[in-house]
Amino acid sequence: MKYQSQKVALAYFLVAMGLFGIQVLGGLLAGWIYVSPNTLSTVLPFNIIRMIHTNALIVWLLLGFFGAAYYLVPEESEREIWSVKLAYLQLAILVIGTLGAVGSYLVGIHGGREFLEQPLWVKFGILVAAVIFLVNISLTVLAGRKTAITNVLLTGLWLLALLWIFSFINPDNLSLDKMYWWFIVHLWVEGTWELVMAAILAFLMLKLTGVDREVIEKWLYVIVATALFSGILGTGHHFYWIGLPSYWQWTGSIFSAFEVVPFFGMMSFAFIMVWKGRRNHPNKAALLWALGSATVAFFGAGVWGFLHTFHGVNFYTHGTQITAAHGHLSFYGAYVAMNLAIITYAMPQLRQRAPYNQVMNMISFWLMTGGMAFMTFVLTFAGTIQTHMQRVVGQNYMDVQDQLVLFYLMRFGAGIAVVLGALLFIYSQLVVRRELIAPASSGPVAEDAA
Amino acid sequence: MAEILTKSRARNIFYGGSLFFVVVFIGLTINSHRYVVNVSTAGMPLTPAVALGKHVWERHSCINCHTLHGEGAYFAPELGNVMTRWGVLDDPQTAYEVLDGWMAAQPSGIEGRRQMPHFTITDEEMRGLAEFLRWADQTDTQGWPPTDAG
Ligand code: HEM
Ligand SMILES: [Fe+2]
Repeated sequence: MKYQSQKVALAYFLVAMGLFGIQVLGGLLAGWIYVSPNTLSTVLPFNIIRMIHTNALIVWLLLGFFGAAYYLVPEESEREIWSVKLAYLQLAILVIGTLGAVGSYLVGIHGGREFLEQPLWVKFGILVAAVIFLVNISLTVLAGRKTAITNVLLTGLWLLALLWIFSFINPDNLSLDKMYWWFIVHLWVEGTWELVMAAILAFLMLKLTGVDREVIEKWLYVIVATALFSGILGTGHHFYWIGLPSYWQWTGSIFSAFEVVPFFGMMSFAFIMVWKGRRNHPNKAALLWALGSATVAFFGAGVWGFLHTFHGVNFYTHGTQITAAHGHLSFYGAYVAMNLAIITYAMPQLRQRAPYNQVMNMISFWLMTGGMAFMTFVLTFAGTIQTHMQRVVGQNYMDVQDQLVLFYLMRFGAGIAVVLGALLFIYSQLVVRRELIAPASSGPVAEDAA
Repeated sequence: MAEILTKSRARNIFYGGSLFFVVVFIGLTINSHRYVVNVSTAGMPLTPAVALGKHVWERHSCINCHTLHGEGAYFAPELGNVMTRWGVLDDPQTAYEVLDGWMAAQPSGIEGRRQMPHFTITDEEMRGLAEFLRWADQTDTQGWPPTDAG
């Protein structure tokens, strides 16, 4: 840690990890209800649990991004954060908002647009926090060295905050509501968040491999260009069946097919940088998470997205367990794993406990990644059967679901592995302070390998 | 891509190209907005009852179990075409009665079956909800869903 104010990131990461725990436990409970549907049905119905599961995910990923920005911007800009106080104020607002939202959900107060269920005052709180953040980070960047990494990171964060405006726009016309809703949901995960992800990946590659900045930053611009060129009009893949014009069928199909490109780019970039790099950074777990993230994102977002993105396929698979399979692996690979990568990288510095304990962390990677992969496979099988029985044969929804019990049982098993992995990850970050095994002394460590 | 594509060129392509796609996207959005209002949802007026029904739908977060036009949670049946499935699309009174009866019967309490919660909904709200679902059902969704099973 070169700058004192980077310490702010620690608080963000701690809250993020706490919500991560809540998210996966909520998910496990929801998965159990698929297996044993009467569980809690009158006390805490499925819809409330799912709300907590998805909202906790989104908020902790954003907190992770904020933390990542507070960690890496000082190093990139070569100066302290403009105001540490504001950074903590921002976090406090977000924590109060989150607790307020969860509390409201538990007593049955919530909105009804998927993922945007937060009460109005929480939405405003998020907006205020976002503005504080953007001012704080932008002033830091403007005063210091400007790099491609901070350019791309800030472009992503500004645009994602701008898109949040659409959370306040809810027309009475359902089709319009849906169209503007996707401006947030799609243009976040297949646009602005990709910019944030790519910037964090580039930062990690810079630190972990020691490859020349010029090379890394050129890659970065190319990757984010392909992300927005495909992703903006790729929004059309959600506009096929919600009452929008038919030209979205070919526009959405063609452009969203190219959304594989940035994910393939990030994966290739990560591996090529590691091969090219001479630096042998001791934080092997961070490298594992970074490479793992880029790879799983390619499969979850790229391949599993491609699978059902053409309108001829989507006509049959739209809103089935296929969608659920894709949603899970893409979020995990791209955003969960990249957050855990930057947390893994930053924590030893933030807590001054290098050299690193990596064994537990690496086990947690394989537990979580294995669990998520298995979950994706079984949900894909369930979705294939569902698509055929319900969308081709025309059998009643509930009758089809009754035939999928075995898959839901296996999904629950996969969920246990993921929860164990997540808890192990949190434990390895918070509790373990000493090395479990001696680090392999393989090659020189570059002197600035912070 | 060594010499032809320099870092600053890559940056300019990124900013310039993105701006281009944003402009195209905004244009298509305006066109789509008009299409929704004038064509695809114009088959039935968006009455205060429909709007009320949408608020009821939202207040109870039905979307976190059901899909509506294929979006939402995948825990319970598609409701964008439920009025067609029930055969009451063109009959507001029966639509209301069937829906009211269905809601009153929840939760079923059947062991091993997914449960729908009990909701406290007034008569006026229930009529709105039925109107909202009829309104959603008559939207031109390009032929989706493939079967009445939703
Ligand atoms: C990391 C990036 C991505 C994330 C986090 C993500 C996540 C999601 C989620 C959560 C949904 C379900 C939304 C809902 O209705 O509730 C979804 C739907 C969808 N995604 Fe992605 N996605 C990503 C990238 C992609 C890519 C690259 C493609 C295409 C190549 C794609 C294609 C689709 C399609 C076609 C649907 C609609 C499925 C349906 O019709 O039900 N996604 N995505
Ligand atoms: Fe999308």
